[in-house]
Amino acid sequence: MTALLTVQNLTKRFQTRHGIVRAVDDVSFEVEQGETVALVGESGCGKTTVALSLLRLISQDGGRVLFEGSDLSTPGRAVEQAWRQRLSIVFQNPYSSLDPRMRIRDIVGEPLVTAYGLSGRALNERVVRHLSEVGLGSEHLTRFPHEFSGGQRQRIAIARAIALEPKLLILDEPTAALDVSVQAQVLNLLQDLQKRLGLSYLFISHNLATVESIADRVLIMYLGRVVERGPVAEVFAAPRHPYTRGLLDSVPSIDPRHRGRLKPVTGELPSTLNPPPGCAFAPRCARAGDECRRIPPPLVATGAGRFHACLHPL
Amino acid sequence: MSEILLQIEDLAIEFPSLERTVQAVRGVSLSVARGEVIGLVGESGSGKSMTALACLGLVPPPGRVTGSIRLVGHEVVGAPEAENQRRRGSVAAMIFQNPGKALNPFFTLGRQLVDAITNVRHVGRQVALRAALDALAAVRIADPQMALQKYPHQVSGGQLQRVMIAMALACEPQLLIADEPTTALDVTIQAQVIVLLRDLARERGLTVLFITHDLGVVGSLCDRLAVMYAGRIVEAGTIDGLFGSPAHPYTANLLQAVPMLGRGRVALTQIPGTVPNMANPPPGCAFHPRCPSARALCAQVAPAMASAGPGRMVACHHPVGALPAAGGPFRAVGAIPQ
Amino acid sequence: MTVEAIRAPASSERQVTNAMRVRHFARNNVLFVLGTVLLTVIVLAAIFAPWIAPYDPIEIVFLDKLKPPSFSHPMGTNELGQDVFSQVLFGARISLLVGVLVVTLSIAIGVPIGLLAGYYGGRLDTMLMRVTDVFLAFPPLLLPIAITAALGTGIFNAMIALAISYFPWYSRIVRGAVMRVKNELYISAARSMGVSSWRIMLRHALPNSTTPIIVQGSMDFGYAILAAASLSFIGIGAQPPTPEWGLMAALSRTRFIDNWWTVTFPGLAIFVTVLAVNLIGDGIRDILDPKQQSSH
Repeated sequence: MTALLTVQNLTKRFQTRHGIVRAVDDVSFEVEQGETVALVGESGCGKTTVALSLLRLISQDGGRVLFEGSDLSTPGRAVEQAWRQRLSIVFQNPYSSLDPRMRIRDIVGEPLVTAYGLSGRALNERVVRHLSEVGLGSEHLTRFPHEFSGGQRQRIAIARAIALEPKLLILDEPTAALDVSVQAQVLNLLQDLQKRLGLSYLFISHNLATVESIADRVLIMYLGRVVERGPVAEVFAAPRHPYTRGLLDSVPSIDPRHRGRLKPVTGELPSTLNPPPGCAFAPRCARAGDECRRIPPPLVATGAGRFHACLHPL
Repeated sequence: MSEILLQIEDLAIEFPSLERTVQAVRGVSLSVARGEVIGLVGESGSGKSMTALACLGLVPPPGRVTGSIRLVGHEVVGAPEAENQRRRGSVAAMIFQNPGKALNPFFTLGRQLVDAITNVRHVGRQVALRAALDALAAVRIADPQMALQKYPHQVSGGQLQRVMIAMALACEPQLLIADEPTTALDVTIQAQVIVLLRDLARERGLTVLFITHDLGVVGSLCDRLAVMYAGRIVEAGTIDGLFGSPAHPYTANLLQAVPMLGRGRVALTQIPGTVPNMANPPPGCAFHPRCPSARALCAQVAPAMASAGPGRMVACHHPVGALPAAGGPFRAVGAIPQ
Repeated sequence: MTVEAIRAPASSERQVTNAMRVRHFARNNVLFVLGTVLLTVIVLAAIFAPWIAPYDPIEIVFLDKLKPPSFSHPMGTNELGQDVFSQVLFGARISLLVGVLVVTLSIAIGVPIGLLAGYYGGRLDTMLMRVTDVFLAFPPLLLPIAITAALGTGIFNAMIALAISYFPWYSRIVRGAVMRVKNELYISAARSMGVSSWRIMLRHALPNSTTPIIVQGSMDFGYAILAAASLSFIGIGAQPPTPEWGLMAALSRTRFIDNWWTVTFPGLAIFVTVLAVNLIGDGIRDILDPKQQSSH
């Protein structure tokens, strides 16, 4: 069976004044129909770059991206159009992802106007339908974004993202900018939409707790490379890569008994301009040996859908 | 109980304008004993940051502050600006969410540290330099001598926050107010800063008022916490007591609504509605429109803070523990490992 | 630790009538209101000039020449016996027309250039901006003088010349605004949905860049009037017998000492109009400034 989305050896380099930055280095993964794959990592790990190159907002420098088995990275207007209708994004910050000068009808309707040239009543009906799918009513059509709370704005952004009835949604930290008491509303809405519309999600986050509550599989990224991947429950229960362990141990818990367990990884992210030659995590890793500092370890399969890139796995 | 360092009584902060008055803080009372690490938790608009700014006399105009804040016995509300200015840094210091914006990009970290220390402690530059180096070492900066030569843009966000903490500590304040100092940091760096603050508090007997929206951060750092909602404190107590058996429906629901690592793939209990607009907060208990156990009384009378066991206070007409056979969403709260 | 939180609940949303809003606004923007009142009077004077003016502004009555201000000639007469008051009234039509046309034309030329340069960036940006830099390199009044000289004298050519020397400012402003807006997430969202560049420029980038255009336009309105009067004063703008303020001042300037009214009243008209427009421009800038808005 072919996966809905297949990413093979995706690579993206940025030329900067100080040298070349390998933002995404040889990243491969699949997203199956109806599942949620989480892309986890800290700032600068390349997770957002992966999203932007999937959306073709930036070009890629290597690798292939297949949608339902067909290569859609070839240029051309028809391919472009087909791509855009299968894939869309919900950004982190609903305060800047909605044009402040546009009414809700125009915001949610814009993709419909662009893709199908809808107008008048047909457009109105579609917009109302998508608004109702995210729990908003037709009375909101003529309002402006500033009249809504953060949670409602994110609903509007989701309505816009599903307007073209895509198969895959990229969710770029969709709850990170929201108040804690409304985050659950948005996460539940996303789960609900997934069931009703059969959507697949690529969920980008640095919040491991949120990932655990919503995702099926997870990819842990560090400095542009995938260091571990597998089913969420198993990876979180028994991580193989020391970085994954470090991330999990860095999550503060409300359980006071876990206080002592907050064991942060020492050191900081190395510069992306001048990454260590071997395993990028080696300078922060207690288990690293000389061989770790020489060559970057490859991502190897260990069965049951699990992979890790470490010479001294846990 | 040990000496009270900070005593806030019936603090209210309003921002008047033509069309509406935003009531940022509506009667907050809180006391912080010397040496304790206390968390002030709330969402946007809860008034937690305004409360913190008021402690240093930093409420921006046209804010109107009433009530009383006694910092080491001195009244802050209504005190002359010069007097408050003198206390900033020396008696109470503050660190902010975004350390990059608190430092001047044109001067080295060393110069800014030394300037701050000489200003606050009225010591010579040599003494200040010594203190800066000690402080940088205390916040576990690898090479303090080197760090002094650097400009803010040459170090990472996590390092900058350490420098800010060092700057605050070097002025030897009695109280450190930390306003979401880890929110802008990466997970692993956040954990480093939490552990650092925890160790500093323990080693130096530092008193910390930690402001955050993140329950997990409070849980792993603080001894006690006060939960704010819509400009008021709704519940306060020790971490163990409050997280173990939350009494206010807001706290109880919030603990179920926020994903917690280790719970697995569970449906989250969602709190309906949205945080109130503080220009027009709901009458009575501000949480009643979102509260599953609200009755008629809740919409009319704001509940007063009342004792709910040793060291526990709650402002609710129908606190969770008191519900008959506490059903619904609250039962699950007991499932949090004790 | 003791904690208390009791306060009488109070809704603070007040009933605010429109009259209250206007009063509040006027109190905080006295100069803007003053400018608006002045400009309204000038616009009404221009519109109703044929009914208000006691005389035909270009009718020559040698018998009445160089009369000082009096009841029958409130601003006196000039050396041709023309009524200065009537000329000033009709002159308002020309000056306002100059302001409107010059600003409209500069926006029409400058905004599209700035939009393209800002949105696409790169080589197109460099090219377009170097072209506008050429226009910006001239001293302020020298370029319009040169262009008018090339096009031929006359008030309409003067307007075109002014528009050509003002449009680079709009290009620069719009380019800057678009470059800021371009990084907003809603632009990325639109691009990810396949919205065309044209649509993004016109529906997203332009509407979110209007504030600085409006501010610059309101300021230029005054400068254009002043500059057109200057061009007329040195003889390459409006030509006799057009009742243009700058021209009126120029024609009578040799008699200024003995017949002060012939120069003073057209000069005052220029001064008051430009002042009114500048006050409005300042006010608009303050009102549209988001930092100012939040502090209300």
